[in-house]
Amino acid sequence: MIPLSHYLILGALLFAIGVVGIFLNRKNLVILLMSIELLLLAVNINFVAFSHYLGDVAGQIFVFFILTVAAAEAAIGLAILIVLFRSRKTINVEELDSLKG
Amino acid sequence: MTFLEIAFYFFSAVLTIAATMVVTMRNPVKSALFLVLAFFSAACVWITLEAEFLAIVLVLVYVGAVMVLFLFVVMMLDIDLAEMRAGFTRYLPIGGIIAALLVAEIALVMHQSFLPADFTNPVPHGANYSNTRELGLQIYTHYVYPFEIAAFILLVAIVAAISLTMRRRPGSKYINPGEQIKVRREDRLRIVKMASEKPQDFSSTTESPSSNGETS
Amino acid sequence: MKNIYIAIPLVCLFASIVAGLFGKVIGRKGAHTITIAGVAIAFLLSLIVYSDVRDGNTFNGSLYTWAITGTVPLQIGFLIDQLSATMMIIVTFVSLMVHIYTIGYMASDPGYQRFFCYISLFTFAMLMLVMSNNFLQLFFGWEAVGLVSYLLIGFWYDRETAIFANMKAFLVNRVSDFGFLLGIAAVLYLFGSLDYAAVFASAEGIQHATVMSPFGEWNWLTVTCILLFIGAMGKSAQVPLHVWLPDSMEGPTPISALIHAATMVTAGIFMVARMSPLFELSETALSTVLVIGSTTAIFMALVGLVQNDIKRVVAYSTLSQLGYMTVALGVSAYEVAIFHLGTHAFFKALLFLGAGSVIIAMHHEQDMRKMGGLRTIMPITYLTAIIGSLALAGIPPFAGFFSKDAIIEAVHHSDIWGAKYAYISVLLGVFVTAFYSFRLLFMTFHGSNRSDEHTRKHLHESPNVVTFPLLALAVPSILAGFMFFEPVLNGNFFGDSIFILPAHDVVNQLAAEYEGTSGIGMIFSAIGHGVQTPPFWLALAGVIFAWYCYCKNLALPGKIKNAFRPIYIIIDKKYGFDELYQSLFSQGSLLVGRFLHKYADAGLIDGALVNGTASSVNRISGVLRKVQTGFTYHYAFAMIIGLFALITFFVWF
Repeated sequence: MIPLSHYLILGALLFAIGVVGIFLNRKNLVILLMSIELLLLAVNINFVAFSHYLGDVAGQIFVFFILTVAAAEAAIGLAILIVLFRSRKTINVEELDSLKG
Repeated sequence: MTFLEIAFYFFSAVLTIAATMVVTMRNPVKSALFLVLAFFSAACVWITLEAEFLAIVLVLVYVGAVMVLFLFVVMMLDIDLAEMRAGFTRYLPIGGIIAALLVAEIALVMHQSFLPADFTNPVPHGANYSNTRELGLQIYTHYVYPFEIAAFILLVAIVAAISLTMRRRPGSKYINPGEQIKVRREDRLRIVKMASEKPQDFSSTTESPSSNGETS
Repeated sequence: MKNIYIAIPLVCLFASIVAGLFGKVIGRKGAHTITIAGVAIAFLLSLIVYSDVRDGNTFNGSLYTWAITGTVPLQIGFLIDQLSATMMIIVTFVSLMVHIYTIGYMASDPGYQRFFCYISLFTFAMLMLVMSNNFLQLFFGWEAVGLVSYLLIGFWYDRETAIFANMKAFLVNRVSDFGFLLGIAAVLYLFGSLDYAAVFASAEGIQHATVMSPFGEWNWLTVTCILLFIGAMGKSAQVPLHVWLPDSMEGPTPISALIHAATMVTAGIFMVARMSPLFELSETALSTVLVIGSTTAIFMALVGLVQNDIKRVVAYSTLSQLGYMTVALGVSAYEVAIFHLGTHAFFKALLFLGAGSVIIAMHHEQDMRKMGGLRTIMPITYLTAIIGSLALAGIPPFAGFFSKDAIIEAVHHSDIWGAKYAYISVLLGVFVTAFYSFRLLFMTFHGSNRSDEHTRKHLHESPNVVTFPLLALAVPSILAGFMFFEPVLNGNFFGDSIFILPAHDVVNQLAAEYEGTSGIGMIFSAIGHGVQTPPFWLALAGVIFAWYCYCKNLALPGKIKNAFRPIYIIIDKKYGFDELYQSLFSQGSLLVGRFLHKYADAGLIDGALVNGTASSVNRISGVLRKVQTGFTYHYAFAMIIGLFALITFFVWF
């Protein structure tokens, strides 16, 4: 059987890739959003794995809710992105610094 | 090595590679497609964890809806790809270091202080076990209020997305049925009272300008 | 009886409120009708109370508990005994006379209703003060009369001098009230009670308690008494807190008569008499009282010599007479002090109202140098002024003679520290008093008229509402001495309300001089005795000298003035108290204020604290804002660093 730690390492790897994605893509906001999806997926894998190994279905219910919220987040995030693109004609993160102190 | 293990390692590998491709791809359309692949693989990994319902939901909701949304947006936006890639490698070292540290830390957690032996492998469920049924029993009893809230969040997301992106084009023409139905006779029809026209005497009119000019 | 006690002050308060708040509605006539009716009722009820007290029915009880702090109840209560009943009669009678007089004096003033509101309020406050059975209510009355005094001195609030005077009166009184408040606090600390009876009962027990001060060990009781006396010094205008009283003449004349001569200024005298059980136990305090009183008596009288403003002469005579009362307190002759307080209230109110009458006739001219020869034009005013002056000078058989003679004799008999000084002061004071009071009389009513043509044409006797109070006050100015001399000296007039140690009991020694005589006989023997002692002759000499200076040899005062020029200047400057206070306290506090404004307020608080906070926030945030780059990935980076730190924390700890 596969030990729990393998699932957790998979989650950690996925999370790390997501973080790297945020660092690497300083220009494209869409890929930033995709990286966030990867991070959420990593967390979800951990949840599901623990749920399975603990024999408690509550973890999966959490994943269920996370998926709901993540879907909502993606929808709104993309909507904002579109509005942003309409007004600024760009989604380059390096140009979006009007909040600079 | 059992079939389950083979499946797990295979899909794990696919998932990791696909995720890496997501963040490194030059073209966002390709990124989105690799993300689809990543989600598929993740769904398969979840099946090895007997979370069939969530795996299907992941495919249906994420791949079927969210990823399509991503693709849609990516293709809709007119993005200069060449400019997008500039300076890509500059941040690779720091990103790599951070990622490595993160993985190292998590590994440290799992090996050092965590993961006692009591996380023994659970007994697989029988053939008549229904993951969907079990989740449903929990969601509609214990978690009914969070479930309602989640539904509401989705509703808010719909309203937000629509209201953010909707715009009225100034030039477009359309028909307002309400206006059409509301219309009354007075709005369209004007009755003018006027004296009846008399047949004109053309000989006199030719003279009149000169006489008018004199009197005025 | 209890209801009558409550009714006496409340009827005045009610009248005051009606006149004050509904003055426009009830009109001038309504205002003076209701307030005079209120005070008249209070006066009649006071008479009832007085006769009841004479029958031996004293009362001491609390009527209402306002609050309880710890174990100390703050109560409103009345102590009705011979002392307070006497004071109530004096207050309500003089107040009634002043109310009536005001109808004439203020006839054309736009603030008519307001004035009646104030004087009724004053009557209420003064009654609360004298009827009180505890220190708190005493303080309430004390402050309330101070407030009304402030309002009335500044009654003509569009005059700059009036505003200055009322501010001065208020500030000087504040200084003394602070002492008084400390005294009350000391009483509360020492006795744990504010009730007179409880305090007096346990006074002897703590006679020898001491308190450590920076200057060694002090007797607690002495400290308390002197603090209380500081309060009296302000209210009763004793040196050096007397400066407000002459200036208070800026107020309308009825007020000068009511408050600054007859009643309010006697509050301090009354208070010390009321506290006799405390003062008796501290000889040091008594000596302080004595010395301050005698200083006031002689030196303020001297100032009266050189004043030309008719009201100011009377004002300085008031100061001097208050000094006499204080002297009497100092030698433990409390009854005599109250006796003089009573007679003085009548004849000083009389003199003030007489002066007011003259002022009305002279079209509000107050300078005596522009008067003269008024005796034929204003016979009633002249007659009553003579009575008042004779009483003030202490010529038998007028009221002032008995009370003043009793004070001088009491001082003569006393042997506490300072009595010799006091004796000399009061003897000299008699001469000076007689001189200036007759100087006033001669300058105003005798000789030729020195006023301008216009004023002279309109000279006339004052209306009846003015002359009636004069006549009504003249009666007790003549008779009060006869009536009360014997009972006061025999020691039963004030019953138990005044406590005197046998060792201090000069009044008893005084009475012993007239041993064997009683009633009318005692009065005649007092007059007989009086004419054999220096005060009478000094007074007579003062009168004659004044007559010589201001009727016969008119050049003489000028010559004397030139001969003693330095002394004249000192006296004319009122010993420089005003200048001293003005330069030391007023300018000093202005300087301190400017300094604090410039450096403490503008520099420290505004500069360093208020603006300093803002500018340092600005400076620090100027650095911190650099952190806010506006780039999303910087924030993400910060979050990841945080996550990293958290994981490290969990791993290692």
